[in-house]
Amino acid sequence: MNAFAFTRADSVAGALRAAGGDAKFVAGGTTLVDLMKLGVENPTTVIDISRMPLAGVSRMPDNGLQIGALARNADVAHHPDVVNGYPVLSQALLAGASAQLRNMATTGGNLLQRTRCVAFRDTAMACNKRSPGSGCAAIGGFNRNLAILGTSDRCIASHPSDQNVALTALEATVQISGPKGERSVPIGDFYLLPGDTPERETVLEPGELVTSVTVPPPAPGAKSAYLKLRDRASYEFALASAAVVAIVRGGTIERVRIAMGGIGTKPWRNLEAEAALHGKPATAEQFAKAAQIVLSDAKPQSQNGFKVELAKRCLIAALTTVTQGA
Amino acid sequence: MSQPVLGAPLDRVEGPGKVTGRIAYTADNDIPGMVHAVVVESTIANGRIAAIDESAARSAPGVIAIMTPRNAPRVDARKVDANDSLLFLLQGDAVEFDRQPVAVAIAETFEQATYAARLVRVRYDVRPPTTALASGERFLPDQIFGKPAQHKRGMPEDAFARAAVTLKQTYRTPTEHHNPMETHATIAQWTGDRLTIYDATQWVFGVQHRLAATFGIDPKAIRVVAPFVGGAFGCKGQTWSHVPLAAMAARLAGRPVKLVVTRPQMFGWVGHRPQTEQVVGLGAARDGTLAAVTHDVLSETSMSDEFVEPSVVFSRDLYAVPNYAMSDTLSRLNISKPTYQRGPGESTGSFAMESAMDELSYALGIDPLELRLRNYSANDPDSGKPYSSKRLRECYAAAAAQFGWSARNPKVRSTSRGRMLVGSGMATASRATHRSPCTVRMRMNADGNVLVQCGTIEQGTGTPTVYPQLAAEILEIPPERVRFEFGNTDLPAAPIAAGSQTSGSVGSAVVVAARRMRELLVSHDGKPPADGFEVELEDSPPPEEAEHATQAFGAHFAEVEVDPDLGTVRVTRFVGAFDGGRILNAKTARSQMLGGIVWGISMALFEDTRYDARSGRIMNANLSEYLVPTNADIPDVEVILIAGDDPFANPAGAKGIGEVGICGSAAAVANAVYHATGIRIRDLPITPDKLIR
Ligand SMILES: Cc1cc2nc3c(=O)[nH]c(=O)nc-3n(C[C@H](O)[C@H](O)[C@H](O)COP(=O)(O)OP(=O)(O)OC[C@H]3O[C@@H](n4cnc5c(N)ncnc54)[C@H](O)[C@@H]3O)c2cc1C
Repeated sequence: MNAFAFTRADSVAGALRAAGGDAKFVAGGTTLVDLMKLGVENPTTVIDISRMPLAGVSRMPDNGLQIGALARNADVAHHPDVVNGYPVLSQALLAGASAQLRNMATTGGNLLQRTRCVAFRDTAMACNKRSPGSGCAAIGGFNRNLAILGTSDRCIASHPSDQNVALTALEATVQISGPKGERSVPIGDFYLLPGDTPERETVLEPGELVTSVTVPPPAPGAKSAYLKLRDRASYEFALASAAVVAIVRGGTIERVRIAMGGIGTKPWRNLEAEAALHGKPATAEQFAKAAQIVLSDAKPQSQNGFKVELAKRCLIAALTTVTQGA
Repeated sequence: MSQPVLGAPLDRVEGPGKVTGRIAYTADNDIPGMVHAVVVESTIANGRIAAIDESAARSAPGVIAIMTPRNAPRVDARKVDANDSLLFLLQGDAVEFDRQPVAVAIAETFEQATYAARLVRVRYDVRPPTTALASGERFLPDQIFGKPAQHKRGMPEDAFARAAVTLKQTYRTPTEHHNPMETHATIAQWTGDRLTIYDATQWVFGVQHRLAATFGIDPKAIRVVAPFVGGAFGCKGQTWSHVPLAAMAARLAGRPVKLVVTRPQMFGWVGHRPQTEQVVGLGAARDGTLAAVTHDVLSETSMSDEFVEPSVVFSRDLYAVPNYAMSDTLSRLNISKPTYQRGPGESTGSFAMESAMDELSYALGIDPLELRLRNYSANDPDSGKPYSSKRLRECYAAAAAQFGWSARNPKVRSTSRGRMLVGSGMATASRATHRSPCTVRMRMNADGNVLVQCGTIEQGTGTPTVYPQLAAEILEIPPERVRFEFGNTDLPAAPIAAGSQTSGSVGSAVVVAARRMRELLVSHDGKPPADGFEVELEDSPPPEEAEHATQAFGAHFAEVEVDPDLGTVRVTRFVGAFDGGRILNAKTARSQMLGGIVWGISMALFEDTRYDARSGRIMNANLSEYLVPTNADIPDVEVILIAGDDPFANPAGAKGIGEVGICGSAAAVANAVYHATGIRIRDLPITPDKLIR
């Protein structure tokens, strides 16, 4: 990796002061250090934020949950409030990476982890995300694991996270501090589609810091689950995944939130599919209709056409699990 | 002694050192004054180096030299024999494959060398590469391991045409990379014209001779040390380019050099299993008796070398088939030279042949195990020679009983557990055993303690545990009193630790030497003299040994669960029974079988090196994207050892067991997937996308 200056921030104010230019925050380091070794990220300053007091998980006045940006993925996954109130989040975190990585990885780092597209990670390949204007080696190349929704002719990189898919279904909000003060962004607005600027992945401005993620209180009677499909049983990113939060009464779907992973350029939510399920019986037929809506805009690449069918089946299976016995 | 020593499941003597990190592998060694070299590898797969700009690299901190084709010492990169490989030693500007060495950065620290390597700017004249098996230039190689590339017995065409039932299918296995846990590493030190090499190798003498030829010096001036080898699976059998490059860098730097190959570079110049396309034809009578087998293999090789994946040996040497035809065709591609990997030949060939046998069993309505039994061969079907021993029938019976095969519903898609489809499949394992000349020195001191010396290596198989055990048995002393010294070229010459031949070769030499020592001891009334005894001998297979065919055998039974909607496959049970002749240590033998089965499951479900068709670049050159099994993917594996003497195999009575475990295991999984789903996957790996079509 390139030589860089290393500083440590003990407070949000300190972190914001140190930030600017091409400086990068490092939390668990499991994304950033890898990418620096690969020559994909080349910051001249790295700011260690891992010791700032932002690792807490706490109940909010409205009974929602605030998860500090530095809370470790393992701690969040096993937190009783998460296990009981938001099983989908606990399951998604535990489906990600390995035990060792989850001990290091943080909520904020996970939120901002970067795509696993191998063209992005290999500096010998063309990539508009890594090097704007250089082209995309994945289109027409190796794209088995890449996105079929939200792509552009510049970029088809899939969003890799499991956590963020669950947070999207939970309608979380990202709390941000920056040079201009604090702001809150609903997770649905946090991620950007690649369009013509695939290098821009979120609405985060340079120098802005994520301080926490908040999730609204669990809706009474809601059940949730995360289903992740991949080639091996563990330690692999999703080919397709689905996070479902639903309330079903007397066999009728009262409320449902769906987000999908592995198939989109960002955590993929489809409001139309959710609306189509509201007030409908929780049956395989309805699930198939919803899955059809989610995937209707799918644009398969040369090697990932199978994801259209796999994602549909994934969503149907997740909906079935969550609504079973309700 | 109350307990028999031979075969006892003794713990590995080096085990505690390994698990506590006290044992040094090659890269763990440091030599005073040592500097570090990092290879810069090509990012194109075909073309020429147009220019190299190393100015930024040269002025980076700690840099001693940047070695490029311009300033690299002139050496001889040609191969020394047909089995050897052309090396890529910065002697020219041609690039033939992705990740070919094009420069070497040498610096005071590993980090500085890594940084400098990244600053080396290489400009290429790029030509379109060919990496698809179907597009390469095709040819029949002159020979495959001394045998013709086409071979027949009987009248295969006629027999096939007249057979009551015939089947012809194409099976494909992908490129696979070895990926042992320890990556390749070399330390090179020149003292005048003498060279000392630490290397992660399966054969210290191979490295010695190859470097002697490369540098034009006497092999005796080269000392090669392989302290411990952290797994190899065949990729450390050859001397690859980085070994002489380390020595060249040490010359250029005037300092000892350590060169560690990175994980992505493990997909570069250090060999891989070639992809194959195999057409298998079976002609049989209604009762399942095979009348004809044909096996035509297309496999890949590199632009400047020939390597044939000998898949045909499995179909040629197993079943009682009077009429047989095989051919081996190569396709030249812009890839690095393929090499031996985990049961070369039999592992890929068994996938094709044992899948085809499974298909035939369903076509005939005969139980898959029964079909194998009906074609059981008492003699080697190709040479007609008797086997040195064969307990395959016992393997089938023991594994089938343990697995509960007789309770299986033979109908496909007939069994489920919850929403999962359950299937079971079986396959035969078979792998030829070899034996090569080997020298050992054995000393017994006055106190009766014994030192055995042999220049073989330890790659995780149990070398320092098993050979003392063998000597102790014959000398009737506790195994703790025998120490085994190995791993360098000062010791008596051993053959390459590959091809399942180490027990047969080193083991036999140890047996013969121990017997001689025992005679000496008897002639001295059981007490060694004050200066002890020493026996040194070279043991070679006598001509009579060729009168028998020596093969290890086995039977695999796998159970899988397949999600009918989501296409996910989990192996839920695996039972294997093996005939390896005399078992020297039940624990290390079991580990070999477990490892073979795990790699077989891996071959069936995961491993697949992917090339970018346009650039020829390997796209999954890391262990995140190149999948090997995790613990969660491996069920309880039961291994049954059908032990027994083999008086004709070799003096150790042991058939090679290093590779038989993988042979057939991928087919057993694929056959189980078919039984579960009714979907026959003929191209590995079996991934969800292939099952949800
Ligand atoms: C081998 C491997 C397998 C993996 N498998 C999975 C998987 O299956 N599923 C999955 O979801 N993930 C997986 N991951 C990714 C893993 O979850 C992420 O690497 C991790 O969550 C990142 O967290 P971190 O704290 O280590 O981030 P860091 O590496 O420290 O930071 C990542 C990025 O976020 C920025 N950043 C960090 N914190 C903040 C903040 N508070 N405010 C603003 N910016 C910030 C950094 O500047 C950097 O750009 C895997 C990773 C590896 C290495």
